[in-house]
Amino acid sequence: MAALDAPPLPDEPRNPVVEAHNARLGLWLLSVYVIAYGVFMGLCAFGQETLAQPVGPLNVALVYGFGLIAGALLLALLYLWFSKTPAAGDTK
Amino acid sequence: MTYPPSELAIGLFLAFVAFTLGLSFYLGRKKQSSAGYFAAGGGVPWFVNGVAFAGDYLSAASFLGICGMIAFYGYDGFLYSIGYLAGWVVALLVIAEPVKRLGKFTFADALDATFQSRGIRLAAAISTLVVSVFYLVPQMVGAGALIQPLFGFPHWVGVVIVGVVVTIIVATAGMASTTWVQFIKGGLLVVFALVLTILILQRGLTVNASAEDLAPQAIPGGLRPSGHIIGLPNGEISTGPLNPISYLGTIRQSDVVQWKKNADGTAYVPKYTNGSDLLRPGGSPTFAGLRSDSFAAKLNVISLMLALFCGTASLPHILIRYYTVKDAAAARKSTVVGIATIGGFYILTLFLGLGAMTGGSLDVTKENMAAPLLARSFGPWLFALVSAVAFTTVLGTVSGLILAASGAVVNDLLVGYMRWTLPDARKVSLGKLTAIVVGAVAVGLGIVFEKFNVTMLVGWAFSVAASANLPALVMVLFWKRTTAKGVIASILTGLAVSLPWILLSGETYEKVYGWPASSSFIPFSQPGLVAIPISFAVLVVVSLATKKKNNDAPTS
Repeated sequence: MAALDAPPLPDEPRNPVVEAHNARLGLWLLSVYVIAYGVFMGLCAFGQETLAQPVGPLNVALVYGFGLIAGALLLALLYLWFSKTPAAGDTK
Repeated sequence: MTYPPSELAIGLFLAFVAFTLGLSFYLGRKKQSSAGYFAAGGGVPWFVNGVAFAGDYLSAASFLGICGMIAFYGYDGFLYSIGYLAGWVVALLVIAEPVKRLGKFTFADALDATFQSRGIRLAAAISTLVVSVFYLVPQMVGAGALIQPLFGFPHWVGVVIVGVVVTIIVATAGMASTTWVQFIKGGLLVVFALVLTILILQRGLTVNASAEDLAPQAIPGGLRPSGHIIGLPNGEISTGPLNPISYLGTIRQSDVVQWKKNADGTAYVPKYTNGSDLLRPGGSPTFAGLRSDSFAAKLNVISLMLALFCGTASLPHILIRYYTVKDAAAARKSTVVGIATIGGFYILTLFLGLGAMTGGSLDVTKENMAAPLLARSFGPWLFALVSAVAFTTVLGTVSGLILAASGAVVNDLLVGYMRWTLPDARKVSLGKLTAIVVGAVAVGLGIVFEKFNVTMLVGWAFSVAASANLPALVMVLFWKRTTAKGVIASILTGLAVSLPWILLSGETYEKVYGWPASSSFIPFSQPGLVAIPISFAVLVVVSLATKKKNNDAPTS
């Protein structure tokens, strides 16, 4: 378990190139989700008939809702996979 | 409806309380550094932190409120789930790593990393305290509301029990005990939601409404368990076990009984609704604007959904969890675990809500009791366990909130703004003292606001956090021309726009002051759509205006 009297952690390695890469990646992935979420909000407000359309046994509202939740996890895993971590020897 | 107190539920709750207190005293037995007290020494494993994120985030509003809303109105509760989870994408992709890199104890550390500004510390502390109080009140009132039907105690007893236990948890070992309580709670919540969902799917759907079940329910004497199906597809009487897709598909083609108060408020009368109508947005009073022709009503919902999207990544009690892991990579991994845990739970809430809607165990007067009463339909043990978990839910969230408030007072107000030079041990003792004071205030507010419509407050907390904190955080991290004055102006503007907007809105007029909503001049009640852009704009304008006077642009 976490020690309460532990000494402060050493500063973690910093690498501006890695940080910039991760920031860019994060913003790209976020923009994908913002579009998906924005379209959903637009449909909720102005496309009720579309949301009620059947998709197999379900409807667009359910499928889109599950898609946003699953999509969040998918983007998170993509970010985890493609993001980088500074090496131990990088600037502190 | 009245419920006999469950001795089993009381026993299990006491066992949970004893365990969490024992754990807190065990963790708090050693001498503590301020890094240990406020951030668990940065030594929390990323997986534990990820589940603790879920324990911190899945408040009573998430568990009881969303299940209840789905059980009463269908899809609309799921809209909250979608919005709450979407906010975590912002947290992971924009906030997590830089906040961890730049900060130590509070989110003001990250805001102030380059500026060393007393003003930023003060503004961030005020914002943290405002958001935390908005969030604390519904948790405390929820505790009191839960304890009445579950254990048979008066409202104030529930509030005091939760207040005392949580204060002990925070004051003994700070972030370490808070983390483990949240980890246990997060894990239990998902496990029991999964168990209940499996039981719901195994039970399937049955036409279960007799003529008596469909008779009006007089208030209060004629109330009885409700939640029935009056017709399944193809004239079936019972489906038997169903898989998740078939379950939702069958409900979409079934006819369900909902209950509405009659015009004079003396009874609940049945309303027969087709499943296809229940499983699309706009069926509840909160989201009714989506089905109206009013543009302002639609903007109100969009504004709420925007606040949920932007609010998560700016809630102080969530942000401080990033300081409990060792580095940015661990912050990233723990957020992914949090998204998986929270997302999985939110998917399960749809089944819990619909299971309660159709399981014949609803209390039409108590939306928040839908999940515990659903559990009771499967047996007393499950009811007792779910009731105890519901209480643990309150403990986990409240402890995080109190710790965030305590950190803001000590690290931002006393050390950061007032420039007190405190030895490490003194910071810890002041942190504990602040936790006790905040805990006492929370108890007082929980008792005073017993009759208050508290479900709105969580939404307000998201709106205020999104308006005051997110623009400053995002711009400090991504816009090099940001200045200290710009950050301060942005936080204060976010507060100054969102709070009056809320207090003068039609919803507050009607539900808080008892005045006609139409007499409010505010066009729609949720402030996010207006306050967030204004806060961004003010930061940009003030930063550009103060650039030459302040050589204080962030370099990272």
